[in-house]
Amino acid sequence: MNKEKKLLVSAIKNGTVIDHIPAKDLFKVIKILGLDKARQPITFGSNLVSRKIGKKAVIKISGVYFEDKDLNRIALISENVRLNVIKNYEVVEKKQVKVPERIIGIAKCVNPKCITNHENITTKFTVINKDVISLKCEYCEKITDKKHIKII
Amino acid sequence: MKNRNLVSITDYSKEDISEILRLAHLFEQKTNQRILENKVIASLFFEPSTRTRLSFESAINRLSGRVIGFSEAGSSSVSKGESLKDTIKTVANYSDLIIMRHPLEGSAKYAGEVSDVPVINAGDGANQHPTQTLLDLYSIYKTQGTLENLNIFLIGDLKYGRTVHSLLMAMSKYNPVFNFISHKKLRIPDEYKMFLHDLNIKYYEHTEFTDIISRADIMYMTRVQKERFSDPIEYEKTKDIYILRNNMLTDTKDNLKILHPLPRVNEINEDVDKNEKAYYFEQAKNGVYTRQAIISAILGLKPENN
Repeated sequence: MNKEKKLLVSAIKNGTVIDHIPAKDLFKVIKILGLDKARQPITFGSNLVSRKIGKKAVIKISGVYFEDKDLNRIALISENVRLNVIKNYEVVEKKQVKVPERIIGIAKCVNPKCITNHENITTKFTVINKDVISLKCEYCEKITDKKHIKII
Repeated sequence: MKNRNLVSITDYSKEDISEILRLAHLFEQKTNQRILENKVIASLFFEPSTRTRLSFESAINRLSGRVIGFSEAGSSSVSKGESLKDTIKTVANYSDLIIMRHPLEGSAKYAGEVSDVPVINAGDGANQHPTQTLLDLYSIYKTQGTLENLNIFLIGDLKYGRTVHSLLMAMSKYNPVFNFISHKKLRIPDEYKMFLHDLNIKYYEHTEFTDIISRADIMYMTRVQKERFSDPIEYEKTKDIYILRNNMLTDTKDNLKILHPLPRVNEINEDVDKNEKAYYFEQAKNGVYTRQAIISAILGLKPENN
């Protein structure tokens, strides 16, 4: 299994590996972490077989280490995503994403009458339920639940 | 409270509310004062609300302050496509305080973030209208002598009525019992029931408007709005179920007062107006004193009779 993965998405010397991303959410994760604007080498694979989640995606970013607060934004999409910090081809740290207390600037408020959907404002939410993710807009106070979360 | 925005009733602690009620009482005793001389207050009404606007402007004028602003978005630069941010930043340069009414929810919080002067929310869409809540609290305090341990009946549109939701949140600080009377389609939302449940506050839900009201200290009536119903027949049926008539008040408590944020349509029959338990017009009058209290607290000014 390990060998097969290395063949599909080649190993990196230093950087971050983001694994167990649900395949359908790959591009959302890329957007959330701003990888579409990154200058470092990035390799990724999608629709790889995962016994746990069916089809998964993997992203490997060379030379970049993320802060927890950035990585935890991924929890909005999937709590199962795993991260490996790689130094000199070795996994030196394994992390699981955690749902943060506040979500700043990545989700859209579900309320069409919310000011954030009419002016150029960075959205802010308080996470009111971490199990089934539920966000309370700090502007209009309306709740955006997991199935209505849209990534900006 | 000095220099703080008032966006939501949850911005004020129990102590803050007590201070506003104390100040409101002083302004009621001496309504005309000169403490806002040399102050310019902006009154920005991006949607019309004549009652709220006149109440604020009366409060300011009676304290010798001056008002600039507009009463609908059509007569402002919004009609030229200016952003709310730019409007607020500009007006903040011209004034000591901004009072804002806006159709979009969360607009007041945003205005408070971008403004260099304090902002008072005079209603942001269906979200918050904290000065209404404070005048409701003043009216309850004035008529009952306390805010503690009261039996509060909320009647009418409990689903969409923002005054009801804010009053519920504020009164929850004072160990109340709530009774909700509404059509099943206009019941109080679950999030508020959960809020009460977490605080161990008793509440009862009713769909019938019966003699249960004999337990009430306060009846807070609200208007059932036509636009809440997709089916006009359903609206016609619903709006006539919860009408308060004078003969229903026979066995109610002596201290009962009937409140309504106004405007009313038909939910309080006019024969109630003569009953001494009807309090909605005095309630509107209390709005002036309460707004005087809020404005002076935010500007850090003391009433002359303090």
